[in-house]
Amino acid sequence: MSNFKIIKNKKLDCSVIDFTNADLKLESGYLLDNYSLAYKTFGSLNHNKTNAILICHALTGDQYVSGQNPITGRDGWWSRMVGPNKPIDTNKFFVICSNVLGGCAGSTGPKEKIDNDKNTYGGKFPSITIKDIVNAQVKLIDALEIDQLFSVVGGSMGAMQALQWSIDFPKRIKSIIHIAGALKHSAQNIAFHEVGRQAIMNDPNWHKGNYSNQKTIPERGLSVARMIAHITYLSEDAMHRKFGRKLQSRDIISFGFDADFQIESYLRYQGRSFVERFDANSYLYLTRAMDYFDHSESYRKTLEFINDLNNHINYLIISFTSDWLFPTRENKEIVQILNNLSKNVSFLEIDTDKGHDSFLLDEPDLDKVMKGFLESNFRKKNEQY
Amino acid sequence: MNNIKSIRKDWDLIESLIKEKSRILDIGCGKGELIEQLEKNLNANIHGIEKNQDMALQGIAKGLNITHGDAEKDLSQYANQSFDYVILSQTLQAMMEPQKILKELLRVGSKAIVSFPNFGHWKIRLQLLLTGKMPITEGLPHSWYETPNIHFFTLKDFENLCKDMNIVIEKSIGLTNKGKQFSIQKSFFPSNIFTSEAIFLLSYKNFEPIKIKSTNNVFAKNSAIVN
Repeated sequence: MSNFKIIKNKKLDCSVIDFTNADLKLESGYLLDNYSLAYKTFGSLNHNKTNAILICHALTGDQYVSGQNPITGRDGWWSRMVGPNKPIDTNKFFVICSNVLGGCAGSTGPKEKIDNDKNTYGGKFPSITIKDIVNAQVKLIDALEIDQLFSVVGGSMGAMQALQWSIDFPKRIKSIIHIAGALKHSAQNIAFHEVGRQAIMNDPNWHKGNYSNQKTIPERGLSVARMIAHITYLSEDAMHRKFGRKLQSRDIISFGFDADFQIESYLRYQGRSFVERFDANSYLYLTRAMDYFDHSESYRKTLEFINDLNNHINYLIISFTSDWLFPTRENKEIVQILNNLSKNVSFLEIDTDKGHDSFLLDEPDLDKVMKGFLESNFRKKNEQY
Repeated sequence: MNNIKSIRKDWDLIESLIKEKSRILDIGCGKGELIEQLEKNLNANIHGIEKNQDMALQGIAKGLNITHGDAEKDLSQYANQSFDYVILSQTLQAMMEPQKILKELLRVGSKAIVSFPNFGHWKIRLQLLLTGKMPITEGLPHSWYETPNIHFFTLKDFENLCKDMNIVIEKSIGLTNKGKQFSIQKSFFPSNIFTSEAIFLLSYKNFEPIKIKSTNNVFAKNSAIVN
């Protein structure tokens, strides 16, 4: 019998749900008996339990969507979007955000200890997919006794999860907000991930993933991986606007390989600070989960197959003009299929030069459309009761 | 493109052409005011397409189903006959390929409602005749070099195009520049002169259903297929 126990983790400043005998069958075939998810909630669940919103974090995100992140001591990754009187208003909605399976902020992942073993999973952690991540999340929603989420919201890898929810659990949701995602992870995106993974795996401190036994961290590899990825989150225009060819703390070039340019110094800083908060193995496993994401062939057929089950869902798809990682074209593929099948879909392409990271940055149109979509649909749906 | 009052009048007329609880696509839906009106009054299920980001955003924020994009490119994503009505209000003259759009309207919807300013209206004729310059009116308020309206056509032109395309004009309503409404088909006066704005309800000609003939008369007389 599947069982669970929820504990408050003071150190992590969040709740942790431990599932035992969960029999979570992963897509790879691996059976995960026991696993834990670290999660945070904001606001309060209403009497009819109709106001719950699940926020799915992106590749390097965590459960600290709002408030203070105790690991970094900084604001949560979407504090500007989620909170009292924010676009996702926690005075109105009950927001849940859990660290994904395979993550490194308290949920079961390569960094955590194997059951009844003093060793950590490390490289022995099973391969996971977006579907597995969502399957693990559903059990949390079950445990919180929420039959139907009002919305599942996410950008990037979070968008993949939102889409997966709408495919696998259409009856459990009323709407999704899918920001800067796609039906599949493109060849170019896989390529960038592969370079990042190679940087980590070629770091002599990686030790085939079992670096915690060796008391080392493949920090050089991980920081290079982050630097590469960070470039893909920006756009050429934004980089030029922010850094141009400006020099860092000097008036003339050094004729050497110091960080002469501000952009170099910025990337080095991004790499360094990432190592302090993120686990290299988690990075390997989660980038792989994104690579495996592909509904390009099956999406249409799946929707047709579950036709009656998803007619009630309101889909909001959002893309950014300067996003070259998950470009408008790829977001629109989803919209086209949904429109072709006469689903309730809205789509907005936001004009910005901030690239893929736009969803995390100050983008007033994003705030407006999300707030409006959530609140007006919430009113409409609740009038029906 | 038009002043608010005449757009509202346009919308009311469009509404009068639509049956309750229909599935409707509104092309160039702006902030979705017409969608709201039709949702409320006709209990209809409506989707919109809007090119302008800010307008699309405002519509979506009201909880309407709006796809931000260019109808001339994006209409192809909708399935054949997936709507009862497709509305193109005051936009045909701004399209790159009006004929292609008309065809698409009736592929996607079983009926199309098209409204447009009539370039054959007497005021426009008179302006061109007397001043020798491109006319500027309430319905077409832009100078030639900055107008979004790139295809000017008259009521007659439109009727001829429909004929060429085998499109049936089920209803046509004219509005004079004073906002007086009349039936174009039954009009006693020359409508191409007095119509300032026109609203058409269009559908395809109903072709005779193809009857299946069998060489060896396998199908009996009372077969449902034969009849």
